[in-house]
Amino acid sequence: MTDKIGSKRLVVGAHYGLRDWMAQRLTAALMALFTLLVLVQVIFTRGEIGYDKWAGIFSPQWMKALTFTIFLALSYHVWVGMRDIWMDYIKPVGLRLALHLFTIVWLLSCLGWAVQVLWRL
Amino acid sequence: MTDPATKRPEFRNINAFSDLPTYSLPPAGWVSILHRVSGALMFVLLPFIIWLFDKSVSSEFSFAKFRAAFNVGVGIYPAWFINLVVLALIWAYLHHLIAGLRHLFMDATHSVTKEFGRSSAIFTLALSIALTVLLGAKLFGLY
Repeated sequence: MTDKIGSKRLVVGAHYGLRDWMAQRLTAALMALFTLLVLVQVIFTRGEIGYDKWAGIFSPQWMKALTFTIFLALSYHVWVGMRDIWMDYIKPVGLRLALHLFTIVWLLSCLGWAVQVLWRL
Repeated sequence: MTDPATKRPEFRNINAFSDLPTYSLPPAGWVSILHRVSGALMFVLLPFIIWLFDKSVSSEFSFAKFRAAFNVGVGIYPAWFINLVVLALIWAYLHHLIAGLRHLFMDATHSVTKEFGRSSAIFTLALSIALTVLLGAKLFGLY
């Protein structure tokens, strides 16, 4: 197995570039479909949407489970995106690592809160 | 690794205030940087988005608080400020969604010509702003 392609490029790494690129698109497609699902339910609800009808969209167990999965997809999507931003603009390694850590804490905290909201409903 | 035959010019110490404003971005460049800006904005405001979701679904009482946030404000934040932030979130979501669908479409159909990049970028900018104006008018009670 060769580690060189052509004469100018050394190919190394764990191939997470392709994995992240693919994950970014799959999670995006999932979130777009979820948006459509919620939008359709809102549009085809008869009469004014008050608390009952709005909460009713999210109250079935399957919808809670799906919304949770969408939140996982969102967390991974945001992690890939924010990591790209930090890698592009923040050069000092210590500061960049601190921002990576902050991003993970921020996202996991939000995820925990979202889970609580969903299964309290 | 071999050195390239001709040395490419390097630009260093680009000043964000005196150099960047002189750059003129093509429409696809605007879509690209705004894709980042809108994503970062939603990342920063994620707790606020979950707070809105929490208040809107938890109970009749919290739903009333959710409504009041838009009409009389919440805590130290007046209603006009909440509405402006939500308007920014509406734009950010729409731009990020449409620009993302543009990416997926380009990936799926290999539409990578310069002309398509330009026309789809203008379409993205126009549609996201038009929908933001439409939903913003609803948010501020114009219809």
